[in-house]
Amino acid sequence: MNQLQNFTKGFFKENPILVLVLGTCPTLATTTSSLNGMGMGIATTFVLVGSNVVISLLAGLIPDKVRIPAFVVIIASFVTIVDLIMQAYVPVLYATLGIFIPLIVVNCIVLGRAEAFASKNSVFSSLIDGLGMGLGFTMALGILGAFREIVGSGTLFGHKFIQGDGILVFVLAPGAFWALGYLIALVNRIKRTTK
Amino acid sequence: MAKTESTFKNMVLSLTFISFGAAACLGFVYEMTKEPIALAAMNKKLDAIKQVVPEFNNNPGDEMYRLPTGEGDSLDIYPAKKDNVIVGYAVNSYTKKGFSGNVSLVAGFKPDGTIINISVLEQKETPGLGAKMVEPSFKDQFNDKNPAEFSLKVKKDGGSVDAITAATISSRAFCDAVQRAYNTLQKGEKK
Repeated sequence: MNQLQNFTKGFFKENPILVLVLGTCPTLATTTSSLNGMGMGIATTFVLVGSNVVISLLAGLIPDKVRIPAFVVIIASFVTIVDLIMQAYVPVLYATLGIFIPLIVVNCIVLGRAEAFASKNSVFSSLIDGLGMGLGFTMALGILGAFREIVGSGTLFGHKFIQGDGILVFVLAPGAFWALGYLIALVNRIKRTTK
Repeated sequence: MAKTESTFKNMVLSLTFISFGAAACLGFVYEMTKEPIALAAMNKKLDAIKQVVPEFNNNPGDEMYRLPTGEGDSLDIYPAKKDNVIVGYAVNSYTKKGFSGNVSLVAGFKPDGTIINISVLEQKETPGLGAKMVEPSFKDQFNDKNPAEFSLKVKKDGGSVDAITAATISSRAFCDAVQRAYNTLQKGEKK
């Protein structure tokens, strides 16, 4: 696999949300608007890239039996760094994402990439993999957030373009399930026709 | 590089090594971000104060004092002064009656108790329903009203407040927080 394929697989072929359906908890909860979704995506991307690089560097050093605790310590450190940095420099976004930033620790995508990819591949491949996966995650969250924001409150990136309220249910939890479900169905449909 | 074997010594060593590295990194980032975080929290409060009281030229953060609510705790009062004359008080109040969790807000009062403006600091109400409490269409109805004659209850409860449609609990919670701010300020000794 060349590096370009390695990078682009996160967007469509192996998109963590739309194809692998990993990390759906933060996905459903944080995509009430496009900006929230993308903020969450970018924070996760940072953690993914950081943990992938460090884990691939240390992979030879970590004995197999303690690899999971070691990975979790590394991932948790990166999450705490993101948490502190966001608190310091983007307090508004931090206030809306709140608890979901520390919860990146238990996001299956991060541990999944560490175990399935970073521990077996070179540092550079792991970096590209983390970047591709993270940006694919960000893209899925951005699309989902934008859709829910447009339909649910009639705004996009906070700009109002229709008068009055939207279809409220799309901002609430059930709307998140519907929107994600239809988005996955759409992707499956496209995959089937292009095959 | 050959894979390290899973002997007891190797496992202890590698985990210790990783934990030390992680601790060092975190300590460094914590020290680096400590000041900006405190500054951001401070600015957020100061911005809210600026919204709810008339123009001032003292530093309300430095002259902050606490008044007891009479319910076993106290609220922060930020006096806003222009040329050493009190122009208003910003009261950081809260309510536990929110639909989902606490609501924290800053209410600005003139020295005679009239509400100037209100700004919500933190709320976790339902998006699209209770969360509308932050919008001017709801909270601006309190502006220029004196709680002495403007009853801080929703109309359903016999008060003067127009509740948010389908969010009576959130509206009540908002009134509760403002009422607490007003009561505390009126009862307390003004400085």
